[in-house]
Amino acid sequence: MPDLSINFAGIKSPNPFWLASAPPTNSGYQIMKAFDAGWGGAVWKTLGVPVVNVSSRYGGVNYRDKRLVGFNNIELISDRPLADNLREIEEVKKRFPNHAVIASLMVQTRQEWHDIVRQSQDAGADGFELNFGCPHGMCERGMGSAVGQEPKVLQMIVEWVMEVATKPVIVKLTPNISDITEPAMAARRGGADAISLINTIQSIVGVDLDQFAPYPIVDGKGSNGGYCGPAVKPIALNMVKNCAQHPDIKLPISGIGGIENWRDAVEHILLGASSVQVCTAAMHFGFGIIREMTSGLEQYMVEKGFNTIYDMVGKALPNVLHWEDLNMKYKVTANIHKDKCIGCQLCYTACEDGAHQAIKLNADTRVPEIIEENCVGCNLCSLVCPVEDCITMDRTDDDTQHLTWKERTEAGTAPTEFNDEKAGGRHHWVPEPSAALGKERHKTLPGKARLYSGETVLPTEA
Amino acid sequence: MAEFSTPTTEQQFAENFAQLKPVMNRTEALYESSRCLFCFDAPCIKACPSGIDIPQFIRQINSGNDTGAARTIYEANYFGNACGKVCPTEVLCEGACVYNLQEVKPIEIGRLQSYATTKVIKSGEKLFGPGADNGKKVAVIGAGPAGISAACELRSLGYGVDVFEAKAQPSGLTVYGVAPYKITNEETLAEMAYLQAQFGYNVHFNSAISSREELAKLEDKYDAIFLGIGLGRTNELGLPGEDKINCTGAVEFISELRQHHHAVAVGRKVIVLGGGNTAMDAASESSRLGAENVILAYRRAKDEMGAYEFEYDLAKGVGVKGLFNVAPVEITGNGYVAGVKFIRTETKDGKVREIAGSEFVEDCDMVIKATGQAKQTEFLSLIPGLKLDSKGRIMANAHTGQTGNPKYFASGDAWNGGAEVVNAAAEAKLTARGIHAYLSK
Repeated sequence: MPDLSINFAGIKSPNPFWLASAPPTNSGYQIMKAFDAGWGGAVWKTLGVPVVNVSSRYGGVNYRDKRLVGFNNIELISDRPLADNLREIEEVKKRFPNHAVIASLMVQTRQEWHDIVRQSQDAGADGFELNFGCPHGMCERGMGSAVGQEPKVLQMIVEWVMEVATKPVIVKLTPNISDITEPAMAARRGGADAISLINTIQSIVGVDLDQFAPYPIVDGKGSNGGYCGPAVKPIALNMVKNCAQHPDIKLPISGIGGIENWRDAVEHILLGASSVQVCTAAMHFGFGIIREMTSGLEQYMVEKGFNTIYDMVGKALPNVLHWEDLNMKYKVTANIHKDKCIGCQLCYTACEDGAHQAIKLNADTRVPEIIEENCVGCNLCSLVCPVEDCITMDRTDDDTQHLTWKERTEAGTAPTEFNDEKAGGRHHWVPEPSAALGKERHKTLPGKARLYSGETVLPTEA
Repeated sequence: MAEFSTPTTEQQFAENFAQLKPVMNRTEALYESSRCLFCFDAPCIKACPSGIDIPQFIRQINSGNDTGAARTIYEANYFGNACGKVCPTEVLCEGACVYNLQEVKPIEIGRLQSYATTKVIKSGEKLFGPGADNGKKVAVIGAGPAGISAACELRSLGYGVDVFEAKAQPSGLTVYGVAPYKITNEETLAEMAYLQAQFGYNVHFNSAISSREELAKLEDKYDAIFLGIGLGRTNELGLPGEDKINCTGAVEFISELRQHHHAVAVGRKVIVLGGGNTAMDAASESSRLGAENVILAYRRAKDEMGAYEFEYDLAKGVGVKGLFNVAPVEITGNGYVAGVKFIRTETKDGKVREIAGSEFVEDCDMVIKATGQAKQTEFLSLIPGLKLDSKGRIMANAHTGQTGNPKYFASGDAWNGGAEVVNAAAEAKLTARGIHAYLSK
């Protein structure tokens, strides 16, 4: 069996799955329950000067009947006395000596940082995570993302922490910044041992249409919150990749953002994370999801022949290039497999209205047909198709040529003028604008109009 | 042992006749509407005789615009609520759903349709109203799906409308003929009240139009006359013994059942004659009323039955037994029905042939004839110029519903020979437009 254990910047954990610093790690009770269930580590809900929270704290984004594809909160750091948290850290470590317990910290002055680091160390924490990410509430008080957005301040605080820390220090980064590598570099300069990302994204998850107020609503009002959940994974993956590919950061990365199952975790790992943190999924489904995550990860590693997590960390990075380095001679074309097609014609209308008019309809069949010479290989049809493997994007070039934008630019074959002959769409057929008018109007009329216009055929006898 | 015990209270009746398509709650509607793919040129719309823009109303339900969904439905079909429940959706919209081609359960379009329309009916929110009065008047004969739909459409076009109905309640077979497990009387009548409150047509109940004099009065008083008269009583079979007590027509039996529920008595052993959907209904209903044995006797083979497969499945599901390739020759008994004498048949080259000497008697204490409804040819002969086809159906222009007598227009069963509620509703809307075109000349 593959070995799932990790040594993350000196923090040992039986598997790479940690609970992120958040409500699920608010207490020793929850963390013990999570370790019992199979989680490898937990980053304690951020310690500091305890806060007072508002009631009505979370908001969700639903997609059709799917709950919480996005999630946000306006909850602050721990509202429990520090002594209670420290005592429970100690208890957890005693009961679970081989699991990772990381103290998330957020305070203001150098003295406070020194005090809280020492006290957490004494309680037995295996490491620290400096919360420079929280984008709501705490940042208004000069902490959280207010720090993460100022690389100089960030570096200075890391330096304060390193003055007393004897355990590994992870810096948690905020995504509410243009270039994630800048605070990451500041963390490195400050002497941090690792980085974790992303923290939540500043957000309004929705507006109540009757109360005219953003969710979550507190007495008729609301505030921006921090966004997380499945919807943020693509943003997290890109930022993890940016840090992992940066030649000078060279720090272990704990990947956070939209991880709900083993696939999400593997994606983070393939882009450079060597531990992953989960919050929203545990808040939605409970700690039991860990069973699927570890079993899926294990199965994947067996199938790929990976013995340890480190066999796969960053394995996708060499394949993430700049756009200008992609091979422009590569060509795929959509292929509709007739036997699988159910005739919904979503591919048709998507291509017709949303892409390149490369699909046509024929009489007497609901199965659309690809117009190969118009197909630019954009994938849209295969993305909207509701049937597995019904539309495949098949390679149609002969794999003998390779030419990138960079090479074209260097060779002077890239278009440079507004009406350049070398433009990609120059000789690509598009319909006349007026051909759109009334096209298939009879197929998009409301039902009543179809009835009156005779589109609806009345059976004369049942 | 009977599948059902004889219901003696309204509650027991409701249990035995539990709704096949109960109204969804918001959660069900959200989940189900979420599955819709929003097909381009959706096959479900084309399969709907009234052309309801189904993907549109499902999308409206999904985005929380239930009122908009109801409007979309009613714009195409005034019997939107009833049709969601009583339509044979399995062979119409839901049968056309592309999910069927992936062995995925089709969208429950009928129930979603009832969901949105029930909500708006309960709230009483008005979506439509009469058009500006154009000074012209139309008489509508029959308050069934055709008549009421025509009345709504004509009112929206500004006509004064008087509906003349022989019975005491509106909606025709929706309240007198559809199986009780498809729709309740309350639901049916609530939709009728909802429509009348919006469009404000007058309905004269217990006001049969049956004589030349009555027609002449209408012709004098109204600019056009809409015939939504449906069909008549169950066809006579012409068999010896047909007049015995407990030998009844399916239409009459179901009408009683809809009005009097568990007060309707059923035999212990019932033979239903026929192979159409009404036969399936009558058989199912007999079983649900507590009959110990229900036999469905059909003169051809099982796969030649006119009934939809799901209707036969429904009957089988409540214990109805099929008896095929048998033709009734006599209703036996002394005053009361005691049995049916059958002769076995075989089908050769599409023709049913009786097998000589194969007669036998199947005992029973009730016979229900589901052998089709008679056309109202006698009444129709009172209208000068009106022509009927060889099957007794009114002949009318396919687009306008105008009959051989230009003042008379027709829709529904009397025109199409007997179809679904949805067909009548769709035809009547078109015919109302035909009347409007004729009177606007």
